[in-house]
Amino acid sequence: MSSNAPVKNGNGPGEESHQVLTFVLGNETYGVDILRVQEIRGWSAVTKIPHAPPHVLGVLNLRGSIVPIVDLRMRFALDRAEYTTVTVIIVVSVISATGGRRDFGVVVDGVSDVVDVNTAEVKAAPELGAKGATDYIRGLVPVSERMVVLLDIDRLIGSDMAAFSNNTEAEAASAA
Amino acid sequence: MTIDLTQFHDAFFEESFEALDSMEAALLKLDIGAPDKELINTIFRVAHSIKGGSATFGFSDIASFTHSLETLLDELRSGTMQVTLAMSDLLLKSVDVMRAMLRAVQQKQPINAQRVSDLQFDLELMIAQKNSAPAAAVAAAPPAAPEPAAPIQTPVVDNSPKRWEISFRPYAELFSRGNDPLRMLRELAEMGQLETHADVSALPAFADLQPQSCYLAWNLVLTADATENAIRQVFEWAEGDCDLQIKLANGASQGASATTMEGAGPEVAPVADTATAEVLPIAVAPVPAAPTPAPVAAVAPAPVAPAPAAAAPQKDGAAPVATVADSGSIRVSVEKIDELMNTVGELVITQAMLSQLGSKLEGPTAEKLRGGLAQLERNMRELQESVMRVRMLPINVVFSRFPRMVRDLAQRLGKQVELKLTGEQTELDKTVLEKIGDPLVHLVRNSIDHGIEAPDKRTAAGKSAAGTVHLDACHRGGNIAVEVSDDGGGLDKNRILAKARDRGLVGPNDVLTDEQIYDLIFLPGFSTAEKTTDVSGRGVGMDVVRRNIKELGGKIELRSEHGKGSKTIITLPLTLAIVDGQSVSVGSETYIVPLISIVESMQLKAADVSRLSGRGEVFSFRGYYLPIVRLYEIFGVEPRTKVLDEGLVVVAEGEGHQRIGLFVDDLLGQQQVVIKSLEANYGHVEGVSGATILGDGSVALILDIPGLIRAMSMRAAA
Repeated sequence: MSSNAPVKNGNGPGEESHQVLTFVLGNETYGVDILRVQEIRGWSAVTKIPHAPPHVLGVLNLRGSIVPIVDLRMRFALDRAEYTTVTVIIVVSVISATGGRRDFGVVVDGVSDVVDVNTAEVKAAPELGAKGATDYIRGLVPVSERMVVLLDIDRLIGSDMAAFSNNTEAEAASAA
Repeated sequence: MTIDLTQFHDAFFEESFEALDSMEAALLKLDIGAPDKELINTIFRVAHSIKGGSATFGFSDIASFTHSLETLLDELRSGTMQVTLAMSDLLLKSVDVMRAMLRAVQQKQPINAQRVSDLQFDLELMIAQKNSAPAAAVAAAPPAAPEPAAPIQTPVVDNSPKRWEISFRPYAELFSRGNDPLRMLRELAEMGQLETHADVSALPAFADLQPQSCYLAWNLVLTADATENAIRQVFEWAEGDCDLQIKLANGASQGASATTMEGAGPEVAPVADTATAEVLPIAVAPVPAAPTPAPVAAVAPAPVAPAPAAAAPQKDGAAPVATVADSGSIRVSVEKIDELMNTVGELVITQAMLSQLGSKLEGPTAEKLRGGLAQLERNMRELQESVMRVRMLPINVVFSRFPRMVRDLAQRLGKQVELKLTGEQTELDKTVLEKIGDPLVHLVRNSIDHGIEAPDKRTAAGKSAAGTVHLDACHRGGNIAVEVSDDGGGLDKNRILAKARDRGLVGPNDVLTDEQIYDLIFLPGFSTAEKTTDVSGRGVGMDVVRRNIKELGGKIELRSEHGKGSKTIITLPLTLAIVDGQSVSVGSETYIVPLISIVESMQLKAADVSRLSGRGEVFSFRGYYLPIVRLYEIFGVEPRTKVLDEGLVVVAEGEGHQRIGLFVDDLLGQQQVVIKSLEANYGHVEGVSGATILGDGSVALILDIPGLIRAMSMRAAA
């Protein structure tokens, strides 16, 4: 699997373009680094996890490992969509600051395309509203007349999960 | 031509650690006075191969230390020194030091040089002491001394350097055996003044030259204060790959010691050498304060000879060989096995899915398909069992650390303890094995420190002076039982109870069963020890032991009879990868309750249930009131029913007989499930110990009953 290869997210000087998987969520198009994508699969019913944050729908069996599924619409506070047979789950791997790898599934409306993104064309996202609200956006890039929002998966889901597992650890500690 | 040797480091470390374990085991089996020759050979081989390996890889500290050790062992092997208690202590310490050194090198950390050099000094001191009293040793081993006159020459100390003439003619294939003549020459040069004359007569024309063959031979003159043995050791690795002649040039009388080493096995060589080596005064280490009997023995050798010594050489050959037979095993990394387990787990699920599909089909081919699927199912089961077995190791792996520990501990506490091990071949999962070690160590320590009495106290009580600690393992149903028992003082029920009353753990008028009293021992911070020792008694421990065992999905119980001893019985699942579970349903979700936690399942009538001050619900079960836990409330799922008598209550037990009634919709079935980690990709979830994949490919969570109870009591406290 390609995910084991070292993945660079920074815009290094030698890095001219990289491939991005784009998907649709509501009216927007988002993109994630293709090297982080493990698999794309159809929707199937998940097993709920108790005490999980609302946007973590549950877990799925992905070839023997248990993978949490995150609803990006709920994460971005968009209107909820019905899960149908055409609903798609993109399985991505998140690499934490400590180098640990976790796999996550994200529910999106549909997958569009794989596009080459020229690093020079990536624009920084403007500050919107509260500080840190756009932390998980690596940048904006125009692709064939549309604006693609490049996501920083590690920040989007990683920080989410880190906060969550810290909570449980703190709870466990207070219990002891 | 350089080869990257680092690629072999892992194998070297792994093998060395294993070899040290076997060396330690052999040392512990070694009888003082009449050592088994085969055991000494085993010990020698370990030191020898570690020395060789570490020299090859350039771990010079280890090589130097093992060299000293080897010298001492060689004396033991040739029977010129006797195994004493002090020596076996020293050798055991050497094992520890070697282990520490190897670990340090492995982790690329500095070696504790002080400790090493201290011990090395002790080793050399012991060798030196032997040399200052050689007469006793030689006289004690008459078969090894060809002439009775020989020992008398010994005390003549000759400190002048000797001139050795060495003819070293390696065979052409020397290099292919991994030998480097340069290294040997360098080593010789370190011993003293070395003149080298290379003999290039065999060198072919350049075109015919095979770079992998050795064409050179050497005539060497070494002027050094060294023994023939020491010189021979330099060439040890080339033994059999060369013609070697060593002659003493300046001392005319000993010139006869030249031997040809071609094909000479290590067994033959030392015997021939010892005769001469004994004659030659050795001054390798400065001889500091020799033990008192030494000079006397040198003058009048015969009468003081220790009796058992003569027996040693004769035991040769008839020795009961305790070496483990080569089982033809291969080394496989755990990751590979885990991968294999995962894949097989997947296959089982796929097979279950196919079976489900196949059962719905109709028609003549469907019948055949079902036949094939049934066959597949059988094969799958066998495959899964075989793969599981791969992860199983005999419990001996854990038990083997105890002889040493018991010996050291008994010595320190001034007690006599015999360790009995049975059922060492009982196999259990590697992960369980890794985690069972610490609790067992704790229990054995407790037995020796608190259980076994001091020898005088034992004899006063009419018992043998030496106490027995017995470790036993056996299969019992689908579980494994490990028992730690001792014939010591046992537990004093009244003292435990008094202590518990003291601390307010038990009400002054409560009547407790024996079982409940012994259970108090497992409470955190509980200790009845009169004084805290560095071994145990701080009251930390038994609770940790129990927690560890619980984490492994096991149970621990204690039985004891005051004055006669106590017994701890640990029951463990065979493997952590699989759990026997009861599937229960709540709404659309399926959960797995580990069978080991389930006491009983029952249907409650509304009349059986009482409310506690309008908050919790309780029901009566075998004389106790248990709280009802509605799983749907805790896990936030929509149940099929909220009415108690429409669903079922599973009575489940957590830590220390804490029981709850778990309210679920329905019971589905019992099955073995493969445990999958929820934490790998997500995190820990309260009340859930893991997840598994069901036959239809969906995920079910496995409940953690003790965790659930803890979470509940927290909520109640909040």
